[in-house]
Amino acid sequence: MTSTIELIQVSKSFGKKNVLNNINIKVDAGQIFGLIGPSGSGKTTLVKLIVGMDQPSSGQVQVLNTQVPNLKLLQSIGYMAQADALYNDLTGQENLAFFASLYKLRKDVQQERIAYAANLVALTSHLSKKVQNYSGGMKRRLSLAIALIHDPQILILDEPTVGIDPELRKSIWAEIVRLKSEGKTILITTHVMDEAEKCDQLAMVRGGEIISNGSPAALKSHYNINSLEEVFLRAGGEKDENNRIS
Amino acid sequence: MRTIALVKRVCIQMVRDKRTLALMMVAPLVILTLLHFLISSDPNTPRLGVNGAEESLIDELKEKELKVIPFDQLKSPNQLIKEEDLDGVLKMEGDQLNLTLTNDDPSKAKLLQTKVMQAISTVNAKEQATNLAQFAEDIGQQLPNTPINLIQLTMPEISTSYVYGNSETTFFDQLSPILVGFFVFFFVFLISGIGLLRERTTGTLDRLMATPIQRKDIVFGYLIGYGLFAIIQTIIVVFYATKVLDIMLVGSLWNVILINLALALVALLLGILLSAFANSEFQMMQFIPIAIVPQVFFAGILPFEGMPEWMQIVAKFMPMYYGGNALVDVMYKGFGINDIKNELFVLLGFALVFIVLNIVALKKYRKI
Repeated sequence: MTSTIELIQVSKSFGKKNVLNNINIKVDAGQIFGLIGPSGSGKTTLVKLIVGMDQPSSGQVQVLNTQVPNLKLLQSIGYMAQADALYNDLTGQENLAFFASLYKLRKDVQQERIAYAANLVALTSHLSKKVQNYSGGMKRRLSLAIALIHDPQILILDEPTVGIDPELRKSIWAEIVRLKSEGKTILITTHVMDEAEKCDQLAMVRGGEIISNGSPAALKSHYNINSLEEVFLRAGGEKDENNRIS
Repeated sequence: MRTIALVKRVCIQMVRDKRTLALMMVAPLVILTLLHFLISSDPNTPRLGVNGAEESLIDELKEKELKVIPFDQLKSPNQLIKEEDLDGVLKMEGDQLNLTLTNDDPSKAKLLQTKVMQAISTVNAKEQATNLAQFAEDIGQQLPNTPINLIQLTMPEISTSYVYGNSETTFFDQLSPILVGFFVFFFVFLISGIGLLRERTTGTLDRLMATPIQRKDIVFGYLIGYGLFAIIQTIIVVFYATKVLDIMLVGSLWNVILINLALALVALLLGILLSAFANSEFQMMQFIPIAIVPQVFFAGILPFEGMPEWMQIVAKFMPMYYGGNALVDVMYKGFGINDIKNELFVLLGFALVFIVLNIVALKKYRKI
């Protein structure tokens, strides 16, 4: 299987602060790959490196066998940021249309995709409202719709389900699974463990390092534990112990 | 096409934001109107208290459009000035004339002083003439056979003509071209700068960088989007100043618009460039005293020739120096496009440099 996203010995530091340390990740095509880890562990920085919004201090990032950053590559990546970056004074429809035209979608395709994406996140009836009147959850959903607007090959979702109610979360996950069945690659960051269960592959990030990776089942059997949450705590604890020794 | 999408979005946002739109379009007009009435209003006649002066001098002073108020008793001039709200007191003691000026408004004091001097010298000249005539008559009587041709000295007629402006020209006529340019510059700077700053602080600029948009698309999108509003603003301000306020416009209206558009272009690009170095609206405001206010000083309000040499060099880096001069040249002096083309080229040069710097500055958000 070809790898869609590949990080080779990637490190990133801001000034003197080391945020990511020697990260190696390989995401195969058609997989849901989960990055789990506590806040401040470097997940978002990692995601930004993959999208190309930032450059690694050392190491290589390759997406679809192309060196990142690359403008053409961005056409095949759908990105949902952790913080909603929306134009509050525009309506939902206008936000979607604006991003659609940045991806150079044809007018008819644009209409179709806007209708599809809005329907998926259950915002169709709110499209003509200004975003400043949206609730937090609605903004999250609109961000997700924007990430999907150009039907990208790769989806990179930074904590997509924060602030979204359980029912909608379920339907969003159903959609993520459906997208996977279309052969799309999805990279998702989360700190909700039951979401991690749904991923094909997991990488646990802590303190800028990957402390453990593999499929959820493999991780659980490796540590001989039933819940991922405990795996996470165990793996984190081991690392801390190692640090103490060294 | 991505640029067009950006332009469209900027326009929608701008039209929705009625207050900002009003600030951009109406505020310059309000300020110009205020200044127009403040500066071009006639100064009131100076009030001069006089004590012990001769009738002839008082008459002469009255001719000079002064309000002359005679006082018989004079305590101290200072006290009198305060009590009677005078601009000056002229006191004659024997042959000695003492002029006390209030000098709360130096330009008014200078004017008063000049007028008093003129009156005194006119009175003196008249006395001299009378004395001379008397002298001639005396000689004529003593030497009856000598013909005396005393050439009567007549005051030469002075007719004044003006290269620029006319006798009605006020300070406002010279100042207003600069003000028109400055307000266009200031408001375009402010609105475009804060526009892009908002995009930076809300994270949407970051988000844009995750799309295949190029950095130059963003710069040109902003340039064209806000540029459209800057054009409308420029036209409104220029038409209002020349047609409604009737500010002196000797040269072509189109040249005035052209210069202002060049200024607006520079201001717009400077605004979005400086917004890269601000983290909040408040920090953007801090650029006004640093980057904008000094521009006024070099725009032609203060005489350039009088500046120290190093200041003259500083002036060459100020866009308003070129804009202000070109505007005065066209509106006040009536110069044509050929005389201002150098200034226009320099302004376009500024714009070009700022465009490049802007594209480079966006590297902070994405390296490619």
